[in-house]
Amino acid sequence: MDLKILQEKKGETVMEFKGVKREWNTLKKDTEARLRDAAPYVTEGKIVDAKNAVALLEAVIKPGDKVNIEGNNQKQADFLAKCLCNVDVKKIHDLHMVQSVLTLPEHLDVFEKGIAKKLDMSFSGPQAKRIAEFLQEGKLELGAIHTYLELYGRYFVDLTPRVALVVATKADRHGNLFTGFSTEDTPVIVEATKFRQGIVIAQVNEIVDELPRVDIPGDWVDFVIQSPKPFYIEPLFTRDPALITDAQVLKGMMAIKGIYAEYGVKSLNHGIGFDTAAIELLLPTYGEELGLKGKICTNFILNPHPTLIPAIESGWVESIHSFGGELGMEDYVAARSDVFFVGPDGSMRSNRAFSQTAGHYAIDMFIGGTLQIDPYGNSSTATASRVAGFGGAPNMGCDAKGRRHSSEAWLKVGEEYGMKEEMYGNVRRGKRLVVQLAETFREKLAPGFVEELDAFALAKNAKLSIEPVMIYGDDLTHIITEEGIAYLHKCRSMEERTAAIRGIAGFTEVGMKADPKMTKHLRETGVIKTATDLGIDINRANRSMLAAKNVHDLVEWSGGLYNPPAKFRNW
Amino acid sequence: MALTTLEFEFKADSPKSIAKEWSHLGVTGSGDLEVLMEKKDLDGKTKAKVITPVVGFDAIWEKMINKFVMENNVGDVSIEINDDNATPIVVYMRLRQALAEANAKEAE
Repeated sequence: MDLKILQEKKGETVMEFKGVKREWNTLKKDTEARLRDAAPYVTEGKIVDAKNAVALLEAVIKPGDKVNIEGNNQKQADFLAKCLCNVDVKKIHDLHMVQSVLTLPEHLDVFEKGIAKKLDMSFSGPQAKRIAEFLQEGKLELGAIHTYLELYGRYFVDLTPRVALVVATKADRHGNLFTGFSTEDTPVIVEATKFRQGIVIAQVNEIVDELPRVDIPGDWVDFVIQSPKPFYIEPLFTRDPALITDAQVLKGMMAIKGIYAEYGVKSLNHGIGFDTAAIELLLPTYGEELGLKGKICTNFILNPHPTLIPAIESGWVESIHSFGGELGMEDYVAARSDVFFVGPDGSMRSNRAFSQTAGHYAIDMFIGGTLQIDPYGNSSTATASRVAGFGGAPNMGCDAKGRRHSSEAWLKVGEEYGMKEEMYGNVRRGKRLVVQLAETFREKLAPGFVEELDAFALAKNAKLSIEPVMIYGDDLTHIITEEGIAYLHKCRSMEERTAAIRGIAGFTEVGMKADPKMTKHLRETGVIKTATDLGIDINRANRSMLAAKNVHDLVEWSGGLYNPPAKFRNW
Repeated sequence: MALTTLEFEFKADSPKSIAKEWSHLGVTGSGDLEVLMEKKDLDGKTKAKVITPVVGFDAIWEKMINKFVMENNVGDVSIEINDDNATPIVVYMRLRQALAEANAKEAE
């Protein structure tokens, strides 16, 4: 385009517009050309045979394209990921991968082979070490480590995929997709790609004449391929109650009495882990004893955690919306459509984008575990040699500044906020509860409190522009350790906040610097509460408090509807 | 597994011995420990012996047990701890549970 021109005329600057000449539908034309190249591989409707999948990719992907391989927390477009690794690098190279989760080795193999060059992502659990190594070796250029919502947002701004390789349970020949129980990221990827003239290819477990329901309309999908094997999916959210320790029971009792009951927390998200599994299993026992049913934990944003079954069956829970599914929970969830979001066909629909939105704006509390907390309250699971990201935790583990509805819990934290005069002025505002469960020392005596987060070393090693912090200190309201609960939002200065953190950090390097007089003062003013201050009898903190002691108990609670994966069946 | 034996002595401000002659709590299982408490005339002092596979945390053991003794005014007690890699949260719980057990009503 030749938008011009600055001319100097008698000392005067004149701007002259020449007619802007450009084509306005180049993306569409380019897509049409690519689809023509792919046409020979279509057998019927939109169906392409698996044996032609690599050829299809070579026809529709061009060097430098932004490409999304649907990599979710759970389900994986594993067949298409393998196919992308097998394309001819002379034809396809320097791709810019934009995808939320990197779980499979193939997600990194494309960088090893030179097929891809740049990466924008959210989470990379098992591949975290390789990403760090590839960064050092110059095999990979990292855009940014996003939260889920942030990355989805950028799909509609400057990271729109040109080609998306997605995964669904079933398809018909017209390209309609059934994603069902494990919908996860599919809708947001397909919408961003297709409506900006991109190309969508779906791998499915099965091609059928009639779908149970349509989750993605067929005219948004260009090709469907029945994969040789069903897609890979992991039971990420299943925690065996048999592995919950007495220490986790103690922390759970402190959380329920000192936070859930104290603030009347009704809507919430539980992070992944045994600490929150313990809390779920304490609701029908300890929670019941404290008379909290109906007063706390009525509405969850949560994957279908098997450990929540006893609380659901005891009538605690009104609603649960899920980011994704959980293996083995399909029939149980389908039979509890008053609680879960279930389609007209009878199966649940998860949706990570909506669940994250709800988790960010619509709930009163996020509670979860962490690896390290610093004296400012910054909390991170980053370690020095792994580029892992945090997925959705930062969306929920923060005070959503766009929130404009109030609730009892939210208002109470705002009321107690020690710096509200300095920060809020005279308007009434609330504050989200952001709670971290920590131990002063974990297994192998790794300290849970450090003067400097490993995130600093990682930022240096991986040349990141900012330290990867999961939860920023100014958003963190409570920390629970065996030493007590620190009510950080009550602090009136950073100095007081640091003293409160030191006061519950035990004998870590952070805790050793605690001033006993200051800690005593903070206990007197209710900024720190120990288990004794909360009236918790430590002798009762043992596994007999749990509503289910093992996976078999969970199956019993579900009336046989929960069908745990083989690795959790030990009876 | 090489074991380290640590021995400490503490004195609380207003020490009070346990109700039972001796008491036992916990098991030396992975990540856990057992605590034995025995009533002994030690001029108000508390003696503690820790047998542990963990190396390099001697000072933390001392500080943890000292804190327990001071906070609960424990005295005239000999404590023996057989540890198998328990984290401080477990030590914290087991010591307090052991003290409650040693003072439980059936002893009276």
